[in-house]
Formats: sequence, structure tokens, C-alpha cells
Amino acid sequence: MADSPTPFERFVQGILPENPVYRQLLGLCPTLAVTNGMKPALTMACSVGFVLLCANIVISLIRNLLKPHLRIVIFTLTIATFVTIADRFLAAYFFQMSKTLGPYIPLIIVNCIIICRCEVCASKQGVVTAASDAIGQALGFGLALASIAAVREILGTGMLFGIRVLPDAWPDWVIMVLPPGAFITLGLLLGFVNWIGIIKARRSTNG
Amino acid sequence: MKSFRDSNLFQAWLVLVLATAFGTALAGIQTKLGPVIEANKTRETLAKIPALVLGENQAATLASQKKSLSITSRTIEIERNGIKKFYTVYDAFLKDGTLAGHVAKASGQGYADKIELLLGLDANANTITGLFILDQKETPGLGNRIIEKPWRDQFLDKASDTRLVVVKGTPGKENEIDAISGATISSRSVTGIVNKTIMDIKAQLVSPPKEAAKNETDKIKENT
Repeated sequence: MADSPTPFERFVQGILPENPVYRQLLGLCPTLAVTNGMKPALTMACSVGFVLLCANIVISLIRNLLKPHLRIVIFTLTIATFVTIADRFLAAYFFQMSKTLGPYIPLIIVNCIIICRCEVCASKQGVVTAASDAIGQALGFGLALASIAAVREILGTGMLFGIRVLPDAWPDWVIMVLPPGAFITLGLLLGFVNWIGIIKARRSTNG
Repeated sequence: MKSFRDSNLFQAWLVLVLATAFGTALAGIQTKLGPVIEANKTRETLAKIPALVLGENQAATLASQKKSLSITSRTIEIERNGIKKFYTVYDAFLKDGTLAGHVAKASGQGYADKIELLLGLDANANTITGLFILDQKETPGLGNRIIEKPWRDQFLDKASDTRLVVVKGTPGKENEIDAISGATISSRSVTGIVNKTIMDIKAQLVSPPKEAAKNETDKIKENT
């Protein structure tokens, strides 16, 4: 690669063209596990965003000191530190939400989106590029979680953010808040996003 | 002879420095947030105690009169088949000093994971006055309905001298609990924990042995 990417380019790429969930198919464990409601999904997205941003900045700052065979150890160490901070913070100030999310906050440590961004971007780019890459990817992840959570919460409970949006007569599709609902929704949305991508690509080649 | 610069220890200097720095930062955060987290857990338990001992209506009346229960905690230790078990028990007293009832914290295996609950008993530990599920990870939509009030309320006013039994369909006898359809195991788990807790601690609740009295902590909070 001759030119290094600009910060803005990294930011935009993360949101849709390189969306971590819909394009890279990374971080699917939290995507399936915490999207049965908007609130847990957004809390998860914010926690991942915080860890991603902090880890990317730290790794980018020390990128010239990294030894190739020790880099993964350092990535994991950095990520684990910020995940623990996020976990303790939620338990202290958002106790109920921390109980709802249970083990999924500590599990951000093994979220492959973050280690992927450290490896691919932060360990090679400057701080500004790394930070905007992290924000872009975090927004993309948040967007993906929110879209899945919205479908599941509305169909499964008739509510959004815990507020009723469908008439009381709506028979709650319990399966949508159960694990199978996560797979069904993710599969359909994934297909939909990629279908749109194919149509767009066809138009640009024809036109 | 390898020079120091080529040694593993020197190569790993960044790992060591970062580990020390991050470790220190985390220790600082734990020192600051640890007490807040503990307080959250205790507050959740204490907030439930009036309703578990007096029933929800009376607890609401008490709160509206700006009165409160004074609560003390102690640990009950029992030994069964050579295994020691500990229960945290809260004793709730009315303003005039009469014992209103007890709340015991108990846990046991559920269908998915450990279920943690609070069990309220009257002053003589003869009847169940309340049940609240503190922590559970049962199947959403099925097993996690154990947290719903209508199901939990079946336990109210049950006598503590008979074992509770889970039945499918309408409970006929006094000591029967209706299973949640599709979640018989979760229903049985909760009922089992309740039975076991009563069996374990009933005797010590009413007449604490001398050693247990020593464990009694001072009044921990004027619950408002």
C-alpha cells in the first residue's frame, strides 16, 4: 500500500463498507447474545467502543516499540485492562445493567473486532488514524447491534427501549428474544445488507 | 555468549512495564469502585427486606409513614454430612424493638446456573412471608418466569414445617406449588432451595446458639 489511509477514510469505512458485523463477520458472540433488547445492546456497543478506542490509542502510541513475536501478548494485556475497567464501572454505576449483561462484558476481552483493529490498523498507523478507525468501527458495531436488537425487541416483546410500540393485541413472538431469534434475525439482516451491496455494485458496473 | 540485549528478559521489557502499569491502574480502580459495588449488592438486599418480612402492602404503608425497620445481619453455620454451610441471615426489628421476621439469603443449582434468592420468614420462622430471586440465568421466557410475582406469591403464607412439593396443574393441597409450564426444573430448583434453607436454619433462626450470637454484627443500616 503506497499511501496510508486518511483518518476520515478509516472512520467512514468502519461504519458500513467494512462494518465489523455485516461485512467482516467479527464479534458475533455478543451480537447474538445481548441483542434481545435495545438497552443491553447499546450498553454493550458503548463498552466495546470504549475498549476499542482506548486499546487502539495505546497500541498506536507504542507501535514502534512492539516486537513482532510479543505483539499479541501486549494487545491482549491492553484490551484486558480496559475491559476490566469497563466491567467494574458498570457494576458500580449501572448495577442492574451489569447484572443483565452478566458474563458478556468480561468476554469483550476475546472480542475479535478489537484485536483485529489493533493488529490491522493501530499497530501500523498514527494515533489520529487509529482513533478515528476505532470510532468508525465502534459506530459500525453499535449500528449492527442496534438494528438486530430493534427487530428482536419489537417482535419479541412489542416494546422498544421498554416502551410499548405495538398494540397490546400483538402476540409476543417469544422465540425472537430466545437464542434462535438471534440467529434468524442476524441471518436475515446479513442477507439483506449484502443483497443491497450486490445491487449497488451491479448498478455501478452497468452505469 | 548471548548479550543481555538478546535475552528474553530484555526483549520482554515492554510487556513487563505495561503489566506493572496496568496492574497498578486496575488496583487503583478496584480500591475506588470495589466498595461502591459491594454497597450496590447490599443495598439491593436491604431494600427488599421490608417487603419480604411484612408483605408488600404493609411495607409500602411503613415507607409512606417514613418509618423503617432496623436490620441486623448474622451468619448461620450448619454442618451436614461433614460439610459446613453458611447462610447470611437478616433479622428485622420494628421501631419498638419487637422482632418482625427474618430474611435468609440462599442459593442452589438451577436449570442453567446458580439461583440466588432471599427467603422471608416470620418471627417464629413458622410461615414463609416472602420470596425474591436475586440472581438467576434461567431460560428467558420459560425458566426466568420464576422472578415473576404471581409465581413467587404462591410461597406466601406456606407453613414451614411441611416440605413444599411442585405439582403440574392446579395445586390441591396446602403444601403444593404449581410448576411453570415448560420450566418444571427451574420451579423444582427454587422450591428445593426453599425447603433446604428452612430445614437447615429454622432451629438456629429462632434460638441462636451462643457462638452465633457473637457473630451478630451491629446494626448495619436504618433501612428507609
